[in-house]
Amino acid sequence: MRTTTVVIGAGHSGLAASYFLSARGIDHVVLERGEVANTWRTERWDSLRLLTPNWQVTLPGLAYDGDDPDGFMTVPELVGFIDRYARLVNPPLHTLTTVTSVRPDVEGYEVVTDRGVWRCRSVILASGGFNLPKVPPIAAALPDSVRSVTPLEYRRPSDLDDGGVLVVGVSATGIQLAEEIHRSGRPVTVSVGEHVRMPRIYRGRDIRYWMDVTGVSDERYDEADDVHRARQVPSPQLVGSPERKTLDLNALTDQGVRMVGRLAGVRDGKAQLSGSLHNKVTRSDLKMNRLLTTIDEWVTENGLDRRYEPPHRFERTRLEPSPPLLIDLAKENIRTVLWATGYRPDYSWLHVPVLDYKGRIRHDGGVATGSPGLYVIGLNFLRRRKSSFIHGAEDDARDLVDHLAAYLEARVPVGVG
Amino acid sequence: MSTGDINGVDTAHLLFARGVVGDTPAAGDYTWRASNEWVHGTHSKTQIDGYFGLGEERNHKGTYEFEADHPLEFNAEDNAATPVEIVLAGLASCLTAGVAAVAENREIKLRSVKATLEADMNIGGILGADPDVRNGFNDVRVNYEIEADDTSEADLEALVAQSQKISAVFDIMTNPTNVTVSVG
Repeated sequence: MRTTTVVIGAGHSGLAASYFLSARGIDHVVLERGEVANTWRTERWDSLRLLTPNWQVTLPGLAYDGDDPDGFMTVPELVGFIDRYARLVNPPLHTLTTVTSVRPDVEGYEVVTDRGVWRCRSVILASGGFNLPKVPPIAAALPDSVRSVTPLEYRRPSDLDDGGVLVVGVSATGIQLAEEIHRSGRPVTVSVGEHVRMPRIYRGRDIRYWMDVTGVSDERYDEADDVHRARQVPSPQLVGSPERKTLDLNALTDQGVRMVGRLAGVRDGKAQLSGSLHNKVTRSDLKMNRLLTTIDEWVTENGLDRRYEPPHRFERTRLEPSPPLLIDLAKENIRTVLWATGYRPDYSWLHVPVLDYKGRIRHDGGVATGSPGLYVIGLNFLRRRKSSFIHGAEDDARDLVDHLAAYLEARVPVGVG
Repeated sequence: MSTGDINGVDTAHLLFARGVVGDTPAAGDYTWRASNEWVHGTHSKTQIDGYFGLGEERNHKGTYEFEADHPLEFNAEDNAATPVEIVLAGLASCLTAGVAAVAENREIKLRSVKATLEADMNIGGILGADPDVRNGFNDVRVNYEIEADDTSEADLEALVAQSQKISAVFDIMTNPTNVTVSVG
């Protein structure tokens, strides 16, 4: 089978790409291993809501139009929204079609699936950045009495054994799961590594509102101070909840969750914890305050101080003076370690020499390096700080399809606008 | 990005090095070396000259020597600082270098950077008096006093926080490390 462009993945990014490809009349297919929005349907926990408020849930050609703009969609609601988007875009969609190999061939690329082979001039990888859990090698040293669980398998607290739970990581996933597991009566200890603290609401508005109006969300990858580092920044400590609550380490401490340092090793049934906890929370407090200062300065520069609630600062993260450095897992009855240590894309089927030594795609704002016609979309800070959010897909998909169209016309690599 | 005209740290060079190491991780491998010889009692001398880095054997400009001994109350001669105090010197020097480098990168002109360090230890551990007491430090405190041009308290605090993040000795002291000691 032949087409011009194969889009791999029918999540919000792949559908947004299809929207712009259709608008330009570029012949393409969208291949999806499951159903539309498959990862959201099958690989997320029950209580999860989107981190962005409803008013911000927009895709090219479709904006949220419900009656709760300040609320946060549950996963079924989001799946419903993306389904509706799929009906609107009406892409040439092949569901239940798993890509098993992509490799270069004379004309472009050969895409092998379990339902036939496609030959095309260009490929857009929209298979997502969150396919596999990143679990550190020290997990292998856990004693048999402790069960290792990743957020991809986790659905609800009652799936876990009774007893204590060590949640490793305090980004969005870690803090949300720590809270609900602790509430279920399983005492939680959280291991605190690098994290980005953010209040849900500041000066009466959602933090995502502030990041949009101040231009932080739109900061471009080629204008960022250090995009290499920015792409590795963990997802902010945010939760979407009906009460629009802020869930930070202080909130967890108030609920009785114990804070310990980064998990540095496991030896003889004991978790070894880094002594760097104070530094981790200080850096994160300072960084949050810099963001709040950016917001305050923007408000003042625009003469809007009377429009919003007055500026204020949040309590610093509270810690005990000397947090524990060792936890005897058996003695403390810790039965589960939950690895909220991040996700990574799965490119095991990508046989194109574009991966670096860590298995990441080398790309310039989504244009794969050294493999003309290959694109990737939906990764952290791909082209803009908002790239990995739902509403980040529109600008990125438009830019990349523009580039792709120019490539098809010129058949030579062209610069990204 | 500065080539060192603010505080004398060539951060442009450091970022260039990061680019090289980022592309070929093995290029970042270093092996540090020291040799130590017993003098008398608890007094010993350590010499440092060669090391391996950036793909080849390298030498310092000269041979550096560090002496260590133990204090008089241990019936030692106190010819030099105790090894644990030298560890503090290592931590301080590493963090201060980091403060200067981060300041350079953030274009902060430093006037003065002073650190005081304290480490608590109970010698019941090394004396074998109580197996539940660890040999090493149970708490380390570092305090910085920094004067810099036109820099807020929060920015100074951020300098110190960032220097911990990029410090080798801070990592060595806060995380476990495998140590193998052989004979012969």
